[in-house]
Amino acid sequence: MSKRFNRPSRSTVIPLAAVSALVAGAALTGCGQQRDSSVYTVLNSSTDETYHRWDAQAMARCGKRLGVAVEQQSVPAAQVMTKALRMASSRSLPDIVQFDASEMPTFAEAGGLVDLRTLGLGTGDIPRGIVNFGSYKGTYYGAARSVNTLALFYNKDILDRAGLKVPATWAELRASAKKLTRGKRYGLALSAGGAEDGVFQFTPFMWSNGGDETRLDGPKVVQALDYWKSLLKDGSLSKSTVGWTQADVNDQFMAGNAAMMINGPWQVETLNTEKSLHWGIARIPVPKAGEKSVGPLGGAVLTVPNTGDEQRERTAGRIVACLSSEREQLTYALNSWMVPANEKAAAAWRRQVPELDALADQVAAARSRTARLGAGWTGVSLALQSAFQSALTGQSSQAALQRAQQRATSGNRGTRR
Amino acid sequence: MTTSTVTAPTAVPPAGAPAPARLRRRNRLAQWGFVAPAVLFMLLFFGYPLLRNVVMSFQHYTPKTFFTGEAPLNGFDNWSNVFRDALFGKALWHTLVFTAGSLLGQFCAGLALAVFFTRKFPLNGVLRSLILLPWLVPMVVSGIVWRRILDQDTGVLNSFLDTTGLGGHTPWLTDPHMALLSVILVNIWIGIPFNMVILYGGLQEVPRELYEAAALDGASAWRTFRSVTLPVLRPVITVVLVLGFMSTVKILDLVLALTDGGPADATQTLGTLTYQNSFVRLDFGAGAVVGNVLILISAVFAVLYLRANRTEGK
Repeated sequence: MSKRFNRPSRSTVIPLAAVSALVAGAALTGCGQQRDSSVYTVLNSSTDETYHRWDAQAMARCGKRLGVAVEQQSVPAAQVMTKALRMASSRSLPDIVQFDASEMPTFAEAGGLVDLRTLGLGTGDIPRGIVNFGSYKGTYYGAARSVNTLALFYNKDILDRAGLKVPATWAELRASAKKLTRGKRYGLALSAGGAEDGVFQFTPFMWSNGGDETRLDGPKVVQALDYWKSLLKDGSLSKSTVGWTQADVNDQFMAGNAAMMINGPWQVETLNTEKSLHWGIARIPVPKAGEKSVGPLGGAVLTVPNTGDEQRERTAGRIVACLSSEREQLTYALNSWMVPANEKAAAAWRRQVPELDALADQVAAARSRTARLGAGWTGVSLALQSAFQSALTGQSSQAALQRAQQRATSGNRGTRR
Repeated sequence: MTTSTVTAPTAVPPAGAPAPARLRRRNRLAQWGFVAPAVLFMLLFFGYPLLRNVVMSFQHYTPKTFFTGEAPLNGFDNWSNVFRDALFGKALWHTLVFTAGSLLGQFCAGLALAVFFTRKFPLNGVLRSLILLPWLVPMVVSGIVWRRILDQDTGVLNSFLDTTGLGGHTPWLTDPHMALLSVILVNIWIGIPFNMVILYGGLQEVPRELYEAAALDGASAWRTFRSVTLPVLRPVITVVLVLGFMSTVKILDLVLALTDGGPADATQTLGTLTYQNSFVRLDFGAGAVVGNVLILISAVFAVLYLRANRTEGK
């Protein structure tokens, strides 16, 4: 009897080995990817309660249509990239990642994204500029649901009382801002701090003037920075401008400390909480009358990371297609006050929110920050930040931008290689 | 040992020569057994990351590495790039000024308050616990609150200075020449409680008799402080300064919350530069280089501290 227990017979050995192999296999795969096969995850930065809710609703609708469960995992915007990279190294990438469009090239460059066209997403209804916005080196990696840009927000009451019309050129903006500066109130508020915020705000001045991020020390860029300096010298801008993020600028405008501000539509939700504030929106003034106002194109794109599981990637592609479909875009845009990326959705949106018409015009002419430089944008952005902060605190624009150009092109940065 | 040799013959059959050796071996094994968890912990959680960081500083480590796992060695490329960047020199200088300024301010204010609280007066305990508050507030929260207080136009501090007629337009955080000083002042405010508590504890240990003897000798208050209090307090002072140094030199969160390294890089420190290189530029090799420099500075200081302690022990 005892012999049988000491030495299992051949017939029991095989099932035992099979079971242990299965258990070990399950444990190993469990380490790599702790995901339920029928649940699809989206990594995004919708940490605000409202955005999280809108996204959850959209995902529930799309999940139902496609017969899968879609869940979102939200982290602060600045952490999406590092989180996604960590997940890539532990082979636990989510099925969909929503990147800020300026970060997408970095992840695509590393080979982390799947071409959306191979997953069956079409670009027929999307304006050329927005297709480029979601593309890197000619490959379409990111589907935008909505896009945004910057515009000039103004306090209608203050402008009316001063008998001023909305400025359309740099000269008008400077004169109006100076007239509107009184007591504790500044004529204009803009952001020249908060990392990328300030750079985002500088681009419409740089681009509308014909400047270019590939040559930071070019005369047109210097001129744009000199214009910012003149606003500060007039006293029309607060000296704190160099420390303000775009959210700070919005706070100042809402508190009545600024008569006008440069900001984006994502602030509208907050602006509307203050019922006594009557604000209007206009295109960002241009150097000379009749010139084109070129703003920066902002927003997030939905991407499908390269997980190697083609079956899942195809389904993820279908989810992205659903989330960025005309109907979902319109719902999302109406909620978030941003402009739909899809042409038909944008037309419907214009009819429903005529007060933001100026924004739709601005978006149509807007330019993507990474179109020229791709993953190299980060280095240029850091150099540019430092430059306009130096210039606004005393240095000459020329010297500051020359140093920025040297820093950006010294070629010693991994991102520029 | 002697007891074991006495008991050994009774326990083991005659000719028990190998017994002591075996026991000694077992003892040694037990000793290592006790040390092992600590050594393992150190190797795993300090040795390995340190080594990885050093290796990484010689690698071309980019976002691609996270996918391919390949990080080709590139010799001293990262090092020369970082050292050639004008920002590194600036950040190093800011870090030194920040550390020296913060330690000096924190220590002097902390010591003065500690001495003050050794006297007996009403509400002593209440006041002492109130002074601890800055220590209990998370660093990022203090940073954000101080950013508001120090705002040039709407900040409480400038409004206050305005009413007292001291000129309320100080550009605390927005002038590149002022920003570093402002950040140091905020850090001093944060560091005072820590210095005060430890020094206050140290002061309690000074024997009463020494003060009585000094008083009998007719020593002045200043002389008593210099010749009695300070020498007895010396070990405590070294501990406070070393711990203060370690936590100050690597400052990151406070600067990010207050100025984000700006304006115009006026408050970039080695800590913020590491952060910028690794997590904004995603150039992890360069980030590792700056991190290593930080570790090196801390290590030099730690060695000096250990040496000072050893000579003191003799």
